Amino acid sequence: MTETAATTVHHDERLVRKGFLTRLLTRPDIGAFLGALAVFFAFSYFARGVDWLTDPAIAAGWADQASQYGIVAVPVALLMIGGEFDLSAGVMIGSSGLLLGYLATHAHMNIWPAMALVLLFGLVVGFLNGITVIKTKLPSFIVTLATFFVLQGVNAAGTLKLTGTTAIQNIDSAAGFDSAHRFFASQLTQYDYPVKVLWWIGLTIVGAWLLAKTRFGNWTYSAGGDPNAARNVGVPVARTKITLFMMTSTTAALMGIIEALELRSMQSREGVGLEFIFIICAVVGGCLLTGGFGSVIGTFFGAAMLGMVQLGIVDSQWDSNWTYTFQGAILFAAVLLNTFVRSRVERAR
Amino acid sequence: MSTNGHLLEADHISKYYGNVVALNDISTHVNGGEVTCILGDNGAGKSSFIKILAGSHQPDEGRLLVDGEEVSFQSPRDARAKGIATVYQDLAMVPLMSIWRNFFLGAEPRKGFGPLRRFDSANAKKIVRKELNEMGIDIRDPDQPVGTLSGGERQSVAIARAVYFGARVLILDEPTSALGVKQAGVVLKYILQARDRGVAVIFITHNPHHAYPVGDRFVILNRGQSLGTFEKSGIDRQELVRLMAGGSELVELEHELEEIKAEL
Repeated sequence: MTETAATTVHHDERLVRKGFLTRLLTRPDIGAFLGALAVFFAFSYFARGVDWLTDPAIAAGWADQASQYGIVAVPVALLMIGGEFDLSAGVMIGSSGLLLGYLATHAHMNIWPAMALVLLFGLVVGFLNGITVIKTKLPSFIVTLATFFVLQGVNAAGTLKLTGTTAIQNIDSAAGFDSAHRFFASQLTQYDYPVKVLWWIGLTIVGAWLLAKTRFGNWTYSAGGDPNAARNVGVPVARTKITLFMMTSTTAALMGIIEALELRSMQSREGVGLEFIFIICAVVGGCLLTGGFGSVIGTFFGAAMLGMVQLGIVDSQWDSNWTYTFQGAILFAAVLLNTFVRSRVERAR
Repeated sequence: MSTNGHLLEADHISKYYGNVVALNDISTHVNGGEVTCILGDNGAGKSSFIKILAGSHQPDEGRLLVDGEEVSFQSPRDARAKGIATVYQDLAMVPLMSIWRNFFLGAEPRKGFGPLRRFDSANAKKIVRKELNEMGIDIRDPDQPVGTLSGGERQSVAIARAVYFGARVLILDEPTSALGVKQAGVVLKYILQARDRGVAVIFITHNPHHAYPVGDRFVILNRGQSLGTFEKSGIDRQELVRLMAGGSELVELEHELEEIKAEL
């Protein structure tokens, strides 16, 4: 009799626990979605000077900013789920844009083969990051921090030596610029939705599909969750991580191409600082700093949220320096939530 | 099946680490549908023995035979290729990943072609549900993270995984040692389930009360020496417990306890 009662209670406990955890754990993107929604409605109150809720031009403004963050945040999120960081993802945007500018204006290449070379450059930098992390077993935080500073120096010194200034101008003088511009940097509608919003949405779909629906996605989870266990069952952990690094650097190179085509010139300090924004997007999207868990869809909403904050603060006519404070607060809240989620998983044994 | 030998046989195996004798002249065997228990206290040589069976270590003397033929495992991969799967205590499962993702980790079933080739997750979930059901494992939801399972449930999923991927010999490294009484019972049940499906099980434990109900054969190790191999018909539970505890030492201990009782 006592035995039966105990068993019944045990079953009930399991069911309650499951319901709570399933909600939080199987959908880490829900928190980011609710957060983005909350920020959206908050600015409909604060940014009363503009028609925040319904003006498509306003939405185009923050969508532009959000895609600036969200495109590279997709592979950064995958990399974090795979247990690694890439602090060079921001500066890679500058390096790639400058390289494109150099090839177009000084080497006088057609823009299309120049873009192919820039993407190849992204693959190489990512491979070097990845192979260094794997071979030295150093934390990727340190390895990619080194890459970050090396590239930042190259960007500044190289640009100065080449042009005598801090920027490469006149990228639009290159052959093939117009067709490339249409594909990567044009406006979609009369409200000036940039075409990179489509790139953002497209890459998010590809990233989410990779993570959820492919063998590579399963390997990514395991490489971050428990690399030893993964290796024991035959997952090529090193190959998976190197691939993730290459995806990150190459996407940053794509972003550099988009910016160079949009702005028609490239500043040598372009992209510096964005590496942390990408990480904030991923963390808001439910990615754990320790790896093994996270969501690309959530990262999409994280980028949307940060884009809205950036534009919303301006539209509310606050000092735009407050943006940093908001970003910090959002990061902190997201990390707290993620840590709570994780501790639930670990405790519920 | 093979008529000229056991499924897996260890023949006079010895292993030395420098001048330390880890194993000295150990012989035993196991066949499909049988459970051979390797018993021993800490430091008895149990883990050295399974590492040799699993291919992680090579014996210094003696032979390993699979289906009656001598084999030499250079790595765990070689052992796996012969159908010998080892479920270690750390289980090779990722706590943050769901049961079905873990189940197929490293051997994901795929469908589709070219760039659209993808992890057949619907099929994977179906297989996991079916396999776990067949083993009598009651999993509420294959989507839940492995980290939310109890220790016994995790062991059970690991056993089911090894069986599904065609293990003919299943080596279980202390699967019950970290578990409570009830959970241990659950795992013992799955050991029998695997046995009934024709798998040869090698069950390593230091607990004779776990070994006796499921084992067909018992090998007792003590300080790298075999105290003997016993068929179930040849030994009863008390004798097994007595041997495990070091025989005469336990008699002495009982004696002392009796004296203390008498004094009270």
